[in-house]
Amino acid sequence: MDFTLSPAVLAYRQQVREIIAAHHTPEAEHEQHASGTFNNPALNRALAAAGLIERAVPGLGAGDPIELWVLFNEMEKSGAPLDALAMAVMIAGVVHHVGTPDQRAQVIPAVTSGEALICLGYSEPDAGSDLSALATRAVRDGDQWVINGAKMWTTMAHEARWVILLARTDSSLPRHHGLTMFLVPMDTPGVRVDPVHTMGTERTNATFYDDVRVSDDCVLGEVNGGWRVMGVALSYERGVMGGTNPGVPLLRHTAQWAEDSGRIAEPAVREKLARVAIDNHVAALLTQRSAWIAASGGLPGLEGSMTKVFASEAYQKASRWFQEMAGAEGLLQLQEPGAAADGWIEYDARHSPVTTIYGGTSEINRNNIAERHLGLPRMRR
Amino acid sequence: MELALSPDQTVLAEAFGQFFRRESTSAVVRRAEPLGFDPTLWAALSAMEVWGSDATLSDLCVIAEAAGRWAAPVPFAEHAVASRMLGWPLLVTGEVIGAFAPRISDDRGMWSVVPAGAIADVVLGFDRTEFVGISSPPPMTGPHNHACAPLADRSARIGELTVLGDLASFERASAEWKVLTAAMLVGISVAALEMAVEYVQQRQQFGVPIGSFQAVQHGLADLPGRIDGARLLTHHAASALDEGAPGLCDIANNDITDPHALASMALLFCGETATEATARSLHFHGGYGFAEEYDIQLYYRRARGWALVQGDPALECHSLADRLWPNRLLDALGGG
Ligand SMILES: Cc1cc2nc3c(=O)[nH]c(=O)nc-3n(C[C@H](O)[C@H](O)[C@H](O)COP(=O)(O)OP(=O)(O)OC[C@H]3O[C@@H](n4cnc5c(N)ncnc54)[C@H](O)[C@@H]3O)c2cc1C
Repeated sequence: MDFTLSPAVLAYRQQVREIIAAHHTPEAEHEQHASGTFNNPALNRALAAAGLIERAVPGLGAGDPIELWVLFNEMEKSGAPLDALAMAVMIAGVVHHVGTPDQRAQVIPAVTSGEALICLGYSEPDAGSDLSALATRAVRDGDQWVINGAKMWTTMAHEARWVILLARTDSSLPRHHGLTMFLVPMDTPGVRVDPVHTMGTERTNATFYDDVRVSDDCVLGEVNGGWRVMGVALSYERGVMGGTNPGVPLLRHTAQWAEDSGRIAEPAVREKLARVAIDNHVAALLTQRSAWIAASGGLPGLEGSMTKVFASEAYQKASRWFQEMAGAEGLLQLQEPGAAADGWIEYDARHSPVTTIYGGTSEINRNNIAERHLGLPRMRR
Repeated sequence: MELALSPDQTVLAEAFGQFFRRESTSAVVRRAEPLGFDPTLWAALSAMEVWGSDATLSDLCVIAEAAGRWAAPVPFAEHAVASRMLGWPLLVTGEVIGAFAPRISDDRGMWSVVPAGAIADVVLGFDRTEFVGISSPPPMTGPHNHACAPLADRSARIGELTVLGDLASFERASAEWKVLTAAMLVGISVAALEMAVEYVQQRQQFGVPIGSFQAVQHGLADLPGRIDGARLLTHHAASALDEGAPGLCDIANNDITDPHALASMALLFCGETATEATARSLHFHGGYGFAEEYDIQLYYRRARGWALVQGDPALECHSLADRLWPNRLLDALGGG
């Protein structure tokens, strides 16, 4: 095996690091935690100005999946917010792949300039893991579609220019087949966004669609081909666009705290720091492998599932260990005097629970691994 | 970047996979107990010119994984390290067997519970201030132990002495031993998962294969990712040792290329993975997993035995932490 990055990728990584260092400032971070909106427009624009977002759009830019991994891994390791940008980049890739020339002309430059975000309208109040049970409907009316329904967990909907909305267009077809993906401008009349606040500070949203009228131009991909479009999106994501190394900033902050407080002299503290360093390294190697498989023309879907399960559970374990280690001071939040690791330990303890839930729960990923990787019999559901 | 085995290594993996499957059957492994050494297998393996060639550590990891997969009763990691350090022709042919003591000698000049100590003609290890090799007759017996491994106490002072170097050269050998042992533990994990997947598809309860129960599926679904991670980490460590550059311990950027840190990580992670994989596999065998007749118990015991001969993993974590945060410890102890 060869783990080295090519000189070109190293140069690219250096460029990414410099841009992040310039724009992921303590002030920007403070603003994110104060507002609950985890996005850094200045950073996105700076990446765009250097041409890095365009490079990253799957299928469009000159960048390959290795670069995609480097970009989002560097953001994640630095603690910069990346989900908003990752969603936009992924959907730009989908639009490039299945969109009409008009859709491409509208969406792609808006994303690659770092200006527009796009949110994902998949989950619903009553359809999460079992997404194909979704109830939002789009009904034809002349040359228009009329959409009615509600989506839950539409993260970044309050900032996004578009939502990609999965809706049922034919209930006579089997559940996965009667779905269509729509690319709906968020300023379309009838779209409403209500904030949903979370334990992890991050704001998400409930979105409502009341007689939202859109034309055929808004259908993304084929009518009744929505499930496939979602598959394209997932295949671009491939587990390489962040989410597998949240333990890196946690370890950095905690090790700094252990040093400053002198706690690093304790064997129990050193043991846990070392164990988390190992998990972080393994998570990085697994992610790097997914990127490599993708760059070699493969589809590392199952590898991505394995990585996600491992990395999110390791992160939860780390955040729990570190909070216990820090004791009472590990309960104090960002900005509070005396907070262990300036409050980062408390923040991660509050943030980490979501990572085994969103983006496919650990159980759903394990189902996939058991059935499709280990070849175990499909279970009775 | 190339994160799969190279074509040459794939050939190696297949060849040695077949070799050990054929030569290190469960009957062979069981017959070699309790000592844990099969001279016939040893001779056959040595005849394949494993020890003397210009094989890289990464290549040896491929073979070590195959040895672990078939619980081969041969001192693979220990002999490979000794042979690479000393290069004696008789080690290369396997006529002389080498051992490596991962823990330094005690006050009496003894290396205790040395892996391959029961059968080795020459033992390498650290004594007082030097990395040495001591040639002395092997006891050919040892304390009965968890893994049925050829463990024994050996003197670091009585016998013919070969001075090998200083602490740094011992650490280099130690890193090689950790990586090769890690690779064998990956093989154990692979075996445990394969056995479990096969068993849960055959065994029926409640009228269906137990492998259709979600609790069983999920217990196993955790394993392939960890095993892949363990293998990647082992090869990362091996290639860092093969390259020989000092590497980085850049925790802030999660950029670890220091071969010693990686070797330490590999032993710890692969040990834990093998421990967990064998425990789950045994559990999903039900009562039969606990029966001597089933092979999973062979692997369960070796998963622990092969990893723990170098001591409490917590201690390995401490030395890893000292590498990752070198100055911090001194600062804290010295009051800044
Ligand atoms: C902060 C946050 C942001 C999000 N952002 C977005 C977004 O931008 N866009 C979007 O579309 N969605 C988003 N989601 C939704 C997310 O994808 C869902 O929460 C997730 O898919 C799980 O669905 P659910 O919450 O309905 O839980 P459920 O599906 O009700 O699951 C509840 C529990 O049951 C378990 N379970 C369910 N089915 C099975 C099964 N077959 N076998 C075993 N166990 C099972 C689950 O693992 C889980 O533990 C977000 C969620 C959160 C919390």
